[in-house]
Amino acid sequence: MTGFPILSLTTFLPLVGAILIVFTRGPEDFVAKSARMIALITSSVVFLLSLAIWFNFDRTNPGFQFEEQADWMPTLHIGYRMGVDGISMTFVLLSTLLTPVCILASWEAITMRVKEYMIAFLVLETLMVGTFCALDFLAFYVFFEGVLIPMYLIIGVWGGPRRVYSAFKFFLYTLLGSVLMLLAILAMYRQAGTTDIPTLMATHFDPGMQKWLWLAFLASFAVKVPMWPVHTWLPDAHVEAPTAGSVILAGVLLKIGGYGFLRFSLPMLPDASVYFTPLIYTLSVVAVIYTSLVALAQEDMKKLIAYSSVAHMGFVTAGIFSLNVQGIQGALFQMLSHGIVSAALFLCVGVVYDRLHSREIARYGGLVNNMPRYAFAFMIFTMASVGLPGTSGFVGEFLVMVGVFKDNTWAAFFIATGVILGAAYMLWLYRRVIFGKLEKPDLMKFLDLSPREVAIFVPLILIVLWMGIYPKSFTGIFDASVDNLVKTHQTAMAEHHKVDLAEIDSPGAGE
Amino acid sequence: MESISLSDLNYAAATPEIFLAVVAMVLLVLGVFQGDKSTRPVGWLAAIALAVAAWLAVHVAPATGQTPAFANQFIVDGFAGFMKVLTLLATAVSILISLGYAERNGMARFELPILMTVAALGMSMMISANNLISLYVGLELQSLALYVTAAIRRDTVKSTEAGLKYFVLGALSSGMLLYGASMIYGFTGSTDFTKLAQVLTGDAQPAVGLIVGLVFLSAGLAFKISAVPFHMWTPDVYEGAPTPITAFFAAAPKVAAIALFTRVLVGPFGPLLMQWQQIIVVVSVLSMVLGAVAAINQRNIKRLMAYSSIGNVGYALVGLAAGTPVGVTGVLVFMAIYIVTTIGAFGVILAMRRKGEMIEEISDLTGLARSQPLLAYSFVFFLFSMAGIPPFAGFFGKVFVFNAAIDAHLYVLAVIGVVASVVSCFYYIRVIKVMCFDQGTEHFDAPDPTIRVVLLACSAFVLLGVFVPSWIAGAATAAAASLFPG
Repeated sequence: MTGFPILSLTTFLPLVGAILIVFTRGPEDFVAKSARMIALITSSVVFLLSLAIWFNFDRTNPGFQFEEQADWMPTLHIGYRMGVDGISMTFVLLSTLLTPVCILASWEAITMRVKEYMIAFLVLETLMVGTFCALDFLAFYVFFEGVLIPMYLIIGVWGGPRRVYSAFKFFLYTLLGSVLMLLAILAMYRQAGTTDIPTLMATHFDPGMQKWLWLAFLASFAVKVPMWPVHTWLPDAHVEAPTAGSVILAGVLLKIGGYGFLRFSLPMLPDASVYFTPLIYTLSVVAVIYTSLVALAQEDMKKLIAYSSVAHMGFVTAGIFSLNVQGIQGALFQMLSHGIVSAALFLCVGVVYDRLHSREIARYGGLVNNMPRYAFAFMIFTMASVGLPGTSGFVGEFLVMVGVFKDNTWAAFFIATGVILGAAYMLWLYRRVIFGKLEKPDLMKFLDLSPREVAIFVPLILIVLWMGIYPKSFTGIFDASVDNLVKTHQTAMAEHHKVDLAEIDSPGAGE
Repeated sequence: MESISLSDLNYAAATPEIFLAVVAMVLLVLGVFQGDKSTRPVGWLAAIALAVAAWLAVHVAPATGQTPAFANQFIVDGFAGFMKVLTLLATAVSILISLGYAERNGMARFELPILMTVAALGMSMMISANNLISLYVGLELQSLALYVTAAIRRDTVKSTEAGLKYFVLGALSSGMLLYGASMIYGFTGSTDFTKLAQVLTGDAQPAVGLIVGLVFLSAGLAFKISAVPFHMWTPDVYEGAPTPITAFFAAAPKVAAIALFTRVLVGPFGPLLMQWQQIIVVVSVLSMVLGAVAAINQRNIKRLMAYSSIGNVGYALVGLAAGTPVGVTGVLVFMAIYIVTTIGAFGVILAMRRKGEMIEEISDLTGLARSQPLLAYSFVFFLFSMAGIPPFAGFFGKVFVFNAAIDAHLYVLAVIGVVASVVSCFYYIRVIKVMCFDQGTEHFDAPDPTIRVVLLACSAFVLLGVFVPSWIAGAATAAAASLFPG
């Protein structure tokens, strides 16, 4: 496949679809219908293209594959460079899978300004895929921050009653974090003379400077993940966003934070990563326990799932900073699993929301009686979210706990409590919505899943089970890259240690 | 006194200025004979002349080094070429977008395009000034023309008030500038930039009087670029002046004044970097913060743009504060992108009409996205660009100036700058919220064809922001290098 720019094609094809939609003219009905069709076809083609990445991916190669390079600002040594390794490749697929799902999910739910909506989603897809493929830090940043624009519009235009507040909060929170990272990028550029990611990974930064850079990265990624205490934008954004917006937010955008830690913080700033591990553990533990408790108290379905996202992402951050193979693999697996499961849970909420236009848990009950198919789908995803063996959730949580346990027993202990609490709030949610007597009159006329909705859920269910039963087809992808990441990290730490010792031994040191 | 020979005059270097002066006078004669009905042809001719002058400005600029003229009063280099192109083209576009408004609002006087051309001539002189005297002459030529244009709607109270306010405060600042210049002359014995640089190099302990002169000079120039704390006139003048004039004020004169400021500080006063850097850092921080915070409560779109321009000047000064070639490159790239975005944004504001009535309140923009998608979405692009969100062009402008700040170890300045830019995002996205989120049913008038073209061009520029830096950065780097000989 060398020479064929498949990553750029995957990244920018949705943009072509968006431009096509821009130029659709005609009566409103026709425009809406063709916008939907163009968006669906484009995103499906993009998904098929990304499957080619999956099948042609060399699982034994820990480095970057499908690399592309072009001049961007040659005088400044800033280039356009794309490439994926085991860490980023799965996220590309996650993005390309969830976008057509989202478009299908909004098929009937969105009736207003369909054209703009579909354009926003396709642009969003370009930016998401680009974020994971970019191998130039500035290009990464452009994609990374560009995501804010379509998401701001999606929440603000098609969101719920408090959409303006939520959209503003989302935008400003995330922006504040990321501008600090921009300064860190510029500081690294000043030392290395380039923003090329592989070059920056090989550059050694002074440990004192690393701490500042690391904190700047943290400001950006912690908001994105989101970590406690900067998570408060997430419940608001989730509650007010349209279903598909929540799906993308939980499914992909949160993963950019975790991806950022793995791609930038760990390999570029190894000393600071070790130095700040206790901080991350503390924040993760608080996130897992505190937000699980908060989730228990929620009355709103979307809010509950939003808080559960924060808790699950707490596992991810803890796993990443355990700095061993199990922990990082677990974090990656957990991100993928959460990407599918939380997206599916938001879709489940969307199904009943479309029928009743309420997200209040108390308004529901006994849906198993007239919606058995829905109850089944919801059950699978609830179990996956709880981490039942045989579903995707179990593998990630287990690996993370193994990894963290190897590094810090107490952190592992506290994080494990999150699993119990998670089971509590998810099962309770399921019981309140699905079981019980079907007493409320407006629920009785609910129809079960339509063929379109079935088409959305079936692939997601299959993936959840596949990931749970045969995780190797996924861990196999990131095995080599994660091994390499951990090994490089350990060598770097050992070398710096040696240098430190040499400085102490040499006469005249410490003047 | 040294004697000046004819060959020292080197008229060729000033071809664009001479051309503009001649054209302005010819057009004046034409207008006098034809009367006010000639406004539109005069406007178009002036715009074409400005474009030609921009071409000439590139043409006369040497590839490297500096070409002096008029016994070193006037200088042409890559920096001057770059900035002149920006100001002259911005003036040309400002004239074109003003015509429709002028005809509808009874200010279609042929003097208007001519005054703007004369102002552009003054700006061109400022950019090329290489002596405190020629600096002052260019600045005053520009300012006088601008005072008159602010008051061009002499039958409305607001416009005359704006003109008067601008004149009184502008005269004050010119006075300060002149006073500073005289102090500098007194303590160094020269007004020539080249000689000043020679005198000041190796002057380890500059005289206090010289520093006082520098402060006064900086204060005068800070007024012209409306940097805090000399910004008070800006919101009132922007609001009071007729909208196309406001558009003009926000674009060309600002670029010219920034260019002048840059040339003065890094040229003759380059050796005093340690002294003036503190001034610029403080002014920059204040401008960014005030521009971000004070705009939040504005209800009038023109006042909002005034505060936005104050903030943007703050960002440009971040690059200047670095005082390095990287910093000047940052200023050039930032101003180039700023000028396109600003003209685009004012193009939208000029086109916001409902049944022939101009709309200036932000809250009246509800439903613009439904009624006039071109206007609304191009405004969205300009606002996101000004907010510095990638992939729009404005983001790269900010990257270049902050890169300069990091490069010069001005970390605190950079952090304050980015935080201020997040705060300023709030009011930009608030305008977007009004246009896109809020439901409105009222109908807006369709924009003039000229404005439509300008909007499309500016939108394309802003949207293709990712390709912009590679176009501009090379030219800007070369232009910046010409200010740092050796």
